[in-house]
Amino acid sequence: MAKHETPLLDQLESGPWPSFVSDLKQEAEKRAKNEAGLELQIPVDVVDDLLGVLELSFKHGKTHWKHGGIVGVFGYGGGVIGRYCDQPEMFPGVAHFHTVRVAQPAGKYYTTKYLKELCDLWDFRGSGITNMHGSTGDIILIGTTTPQLEEIFYEMSHNMDQDLGGSGSNLRTPADCIGQSRCEYACYDTQDICHHLTIEYQDELHRPAFPYKFKFKFDGCPNCCVASIARSDLSFIGTWKDDIRIDQEAVAGYVGGEFLPNGGAHAGRDWGAFDIQKEVVDLCPTGCMKYEGKKLQINTRECTRCMHCINVMPRALRIGQETGCSILAGAKAPILDGAQMGSLLVPFVEVNPDNDYQAIKDVIEPIWDWWMEEGKNRERLGELIKRQGFQRLLEATGIEPVPQHVKEPRTNPYIFWKEEEVEGGWTRDIDEFRKDHKR
Amino acid sequence: MAFVSSGYNPDKPMENRNSDIGPRKFDEFYPEVIKNNKGKWLYHEILEPGVLVHVAESGDKVFTVRAGGARLMSTTHIREICELADKHCSGHVRFTTRNNIEFMVDEESKVKPLKDDLESRKFAGGSFKFPVGGTGAGVTNIIHTQGWIHCHTPATDASGPVKATMDVLFDDFKNMRLPAQLRVSLACCLNMCGAVHCSDIAILGYHRKPPLLDHEYLDKMCEIPLAIAACPTAAIKPAKVEFKGQEVKSVAVKEDRCMFCGNCYTMCPSMPLADKDGDGIVIMAGGKVSNRISAPKFSKVVVAFIPNEAPRWPTTTKVIKNMIEAYSDNANKYERLGEWAERIGWERFFEICELDFTHHLIDDFRDAAYYTWRQTTQFKFTK
Repeated sequence: MAKHETPLLDQLESGPWPSFVSDLKQEAEKRAKNEAGLELQIPVDVVDDLLGVLELSFKHGKTHWKHGGIVGVFGYGGGVIGRYCDQPEMFPGVAHFHTVRVAQPAGKYYTTKYLKELCDLWDFRGSGITNMHGSTGDIILIGTTTPQLEEIFYEMSHNMDQDLGGSGSNLRTPADCIGQSRCEYACYDTQDICHHLTIEYQDELHRPAFPYKFKFKFDGCPNCCVASIARSDLSFIGTWKDDIRIDQEAVAGYVGGEFLPNGGAHAGRDWGAFDIQKEVVDLCPTGCMKYEGKKLQINTRECTRCMHCINVMPRALRIGQETGCSILAGAKAPILDGAQMGSLLVPFVEVNPDNDYQAIKDVIEPIWDWWMEEGKNRERLGELIKRQGFQRLLEATGIEPVPQHVKEPRTNPYIFWKEEEVEGGWTRDIDEFRKDHKR
Repeated sequence: MAFVSSGYNPDKPMENRNSDIGPRKFDEFYPEVIKNNKGKWLYHEILEPGVLVHVAESGDKVFTVRAGGARLMSTTHIREICELADKHCSGHVRFTTRNNIEFMVDEESKVKPLKDDLESRKFAGGSFKFPVGGTGAGVTNIIHTQGWIHCHTPATDASGPVKATMDVLFDDFKNMRLPAQLRVSLACCLNMCGAVHCSDIAILGYHRKPPLLDHEYLDKMCEIPLAIAACPTAAIKPAKVEFKGQEVKSVAVKEDRCMFCGNCYTMCPSMPLADKDGDGIVIMAGGKVSNRISAPKFSKVVVAFIPNEAPRWPTTTKVIKNMIEAYSDNANKYERLGEWAERIGWERFFEICELDFTHHLIDDFRDAAYYTWRQTTQFKFTK
């Protein structure tokens, strides 16, 4: 028998898509039965009360969670988000209901052994409710009480070799795409660099010293499956410099209908026979391709590596072999000054694990120095770049300006000339001026 | 229930402390076929909706069965995922950026039993636990935020509207009939933890009433200068207010300058914005993150406001469904929703999608607004 009536939520149990309401109900039941005989460390009816407070929100059209609360584990400034219910008498099980962010492994691969250990811990010391995963990438454990926080961290860090993720004004847990582990498009090993930099910058991740949040995301190619270009302060997107590798026999296979275009992604509708001219050559944004005499040609110098032709014919076309990444800076969601896409800062840099990605750290660290010096409280990197100008970012990183940095040059001539750039400097004598120009 | 210690000693917090160890290393979790062929994949194919094969130089193949799931999930559900992965995938599983669950096997003969097993499992309420799909030119899982289940600033719920929307779009999760992939995202307030601002279709929670002022507590709970500085439109100023016969320090809000972003509430709990009638949903469309053919794009506001219609948000899901049908009927193969809208012109987009155009949809926020107005005589007439 459910603790709270949930007539509104019950309506979300029908329909084909997995129902979180049904899932919450099965968890509430499991805790009530407690067949494993656990000494549950937070209230047994926590999920019942979670359903109850959510039902109330559905009725009221408003949240019933209080604002914040400073809780955490000793020595860290992030990783735990305090959460308290604003109706604790009605729903005592969720009166204290803090979130724990757990740093996810790069690529989000798991063994069931690991996941079961995490479930055991969370059944025992938490609500048993999670997000797999949060938007930034962490495993999110939703709902525990303050006395359990250190215990959870201790067990996790001792028995599972597992740390917390980031929150607050620090480096947020970096995230990556599936990369070379299972994707032929990946231009570098996203998992390796994501893990390496996560470990390298643990201090920045756990102890908030930044003006605001800071995100790294790693996309193996310009398809951007992890959306780095839209949502990370520094976005690392795989690219290459040399020719797209062409297998002309496989091209003929696509033209002849032997292979389905785009790996079969369009198989749900009859789009007619594949037309390489219309579907590949004519859609190339730079017009750098030709299909003549049953041969596909690509003029590499004009190619901007948009991935369309490779996406359409993955058996015939492969990324080049001189690979690396582009670095874009300053992406963020609209709060506060409007959304920003990442702006190209480094057109191409090697991604070299053999020297611990030094060339990339040489870009990251001066940016942090500049942002920590100049950034205002709660100012994202992108907003600082906008406020002070892209030139300041170039100065901070020592990167030379190149036309690749802009879509087009400025349309106004309001150039902030520096004194040293102007012959003779700015110090002049008015009396000298007046010798030639009477008042 | 008795407190059970983990071994942590609160009197000596630094004793035996393990910190700064980071996440577990990715490669200890790789399935064998991934470990053996990393960096040596040749090509992939979608064999049927939700089933992919990747072929390596070695000739090895990995077959992936992708299942949708609510990102809000219980340990009971995770244990069932583990049971499936133990039974079919030698104890390995992965999750995608868009909250799908991927089960991988190394032989084609293992695909059907896995897929059948996934699709046979249903929750007590009747919904699928592991619907297979979410590949190619279709709709994949909605990425989303917390909403009313766990957040203090939302203007709508997250899991509720997502469930309602995915129920309506379920056929397109299971099929690949669209001109290109279509990404739907939800963020329950403007903070956009879900980064929905570059999605083909974005569902965004939005407040429409200026903050309430809890004068009695404001100065006790908030740093007033921080609350003032938080306002992007400088609508907040310090004020001395009469409260129960006493003068208290507080703030005043110039309400006609408020754009309801909630940033003040983030800094000051005594300025709540939430309201049943004020809060609701904005629909945005035409964004993308891929660099394919055209540059990444921001989503544009196409519906300024839809009330929160819990529990199933019927107006929101109807608007989305209509937009997807119009896109499906009219766009060219490979064309993303935003590319289609730009090719035909947004005036035609509103006509075809039968959406009302109101003054709310004309940008008036700072300099960037000017660049969205039409500075040409080229336009199309619409009905």
